[in-house]
Amino acid sequence: MSYRISKRTLTLILFALALPVAQTGLYAQGRGGGRGGGRGGAPQDPKAAAPIDLTGYWVSVVTEDWRYRMVTPAQGDYEGVPMTPAAIKIADEWDPKKEAASPDQCKSYGAPALLRVPGRLHITWQDDSTLKMETDAGKQTRTFHFGDWKSPESAPSLQGNSVAEWEIQRAGGKVTGGTLKVDTTNLKAGLLRKNGVPYSDNARLTEYFDMVKERNGDDLMVVTIVVTDPMYLRESFIISSQFKKQTSDAGWNPTACSAIW
Amino acid sequence: MTLNKIALSLALVLSVSLPALAEIDLSGSWASKNHEDALERGGGPHPDDWAGLPFNESGRAKALSFSQSTISMPERICWFQTQWHIAAGPFSLKIWSENDPITGKIVAWVLGGWETRAAMTIWMDGRPHPSKYAPHDQTGFTTGTWNGNVLTAYTTHIKSGYMRRNGAASSDQATITTTFFRHGDMMTLALVMEDPNFLTEPYILTRSYMLSENPVAAAGPPCLVGYEGVESGRVPHYLPGKNPFVDEMDKTYHIPAIAAMGGAETMYPEFRDKIKDKFTMPPPCKQNCGVPGRN
Repeated sequence: MSYRISKRTLTLILFALALPVAQTGLYAQGRGGGRGGGRGGAPQDPKAAAPIDLTGYWVSVVTEDWRYRMVTPAQGDYEGVPMTPAAIKIADEWDPKKEAASPDQCKSYGAPALLRVPGRLHITWQDDSTLKMETDAGKQTRTFHFGDWKSPESAPSLQGNSVAEWEIQRAGGKVTGGTLKVDTTNLKAGLLRKNGVPYSDNARLTEYFDMVKERNGDDLMVVTIVVTDPMYLRESFIISSQFKKQTSDAGWNPTACSAIW
Repeated sequence: MTLNKIALSLALVLSVSLPALAEIDLSGSWASKNHEDALERGGGPHPDDWAGLPFNESGRAKALSFSQSTISMPERICWFQTQWHIAAGPFSLKIWSENDPITGKIVAWVLGGWETRAAMTIWMDGRPHPSKYAPHDQTGFTTGTWNGNVLTAYTTHIKSGYMRRNGAASSDQATITTTFFRHGDMMTLALVMEDPNFLTEPYILTRSYMLSENPVAAAGPPCLVGYEGVESGRVPHYLPGKNPFVDEMDKTYHIPAIAAMGGAETMYPEFRDKIKDKFTMPPPCKQNCGVPGRN
């Protein structure tokens, strides 16, 4: 019996074993090997490692839930949201006249609802490991922190604390695309819909940012939004919003929050 | 068997059994999460709700002529919906692969059908789309390509169907691009319809699914033709200006007609400025409110 392996066979074995390794880039943390490469070299910062370019101006394309987003829905209209009885009780007490007079006009502009608000986004790199998202509607700012960022011990806020990571897809050592995953906690209680549908300060938000190249050449950003809230949601509230890339800041129109429009 | 042969066999088995680089497995039962457009996908949209739909004048005119009784005509009862029904309907998806029996290579991905939507076969073997003169049907012809772990499917050769289940029609020149994003046990589909006859811009809908242990049927019950009250020879329709439902969105939700009648501008944020002064808060919800036992 021979225990020798020829060079040709060894090459084949190594090739076969390398196949799954080539695919382990899927769902990997994006600390290196982004568009600029980086495999085998020094780890890249998240900006350099970005597998997709989300920066620029984006406009909402409102083809879904139109009557819940483009106008203020009727009191008691909660279609689609898996609310708990406690949430329904609170929402039923929503009064548009009181809300119009409230000093807090931004309850429906918190992170779990912000990407359902019709408007434009401006996404930029604040630094090499922080992505910044500004909205014209409600003039809100979210920051997505990559790497080993530790959230400060601060009071819950409208936009919470967001930790980001790249899920980088590779094939044969080459980056073929990827997803931005963002987890947001430390949220101040707010509204999922303007007509009083609540989320609590125990809510947690997970978002996946993906890109689509349309056949007409347009770039589309699809954001899958998952809100969990054991107090006010019977199950995760899962929706997705889409945005079209703009070539300039045309249409950028910062407007203050409004509780009833 | 020598070690050389064993090693060679191992190498061949590994290389054949693995999918091509950076593909992922889509197979399984995927439960649809109907948290957005719940009424439109469930009970159906209001007869005059075309807000956010980028159709042109022809598309609007065709939609306004539509009577829901059309689908009670014997020849229309089993009017198969196109693959757009994945987005317009509420149904979960059963997905599986068709594999070459020798190599195991995936030849096609299949999305199971339902009573009025045929299964969608996404050919992955590089075959070309048929000639533009080839017959069209409700199923269409779909090919797919991977880009990393994202599958993009392109559907052509579909017959006229609908974009929204209230008469907004797609023509036989429409195409659908469906992109599959899988994030662990969650999957999001982005569907983009283009139609040179009835759309001024692509119509985009996105839908989410969760991988489920509860099996989703691979096909629905057979669609059976029967008499549903529209006698043979009568074609239900509304003549121009005679659709009795054109103010239903205004009456129910205070949504002005210029919004309900759709068009590309209704998809974008600045359209809100146009209707701001026309909108007043609607009365409290009495029907289709999403609260069990309340309607």
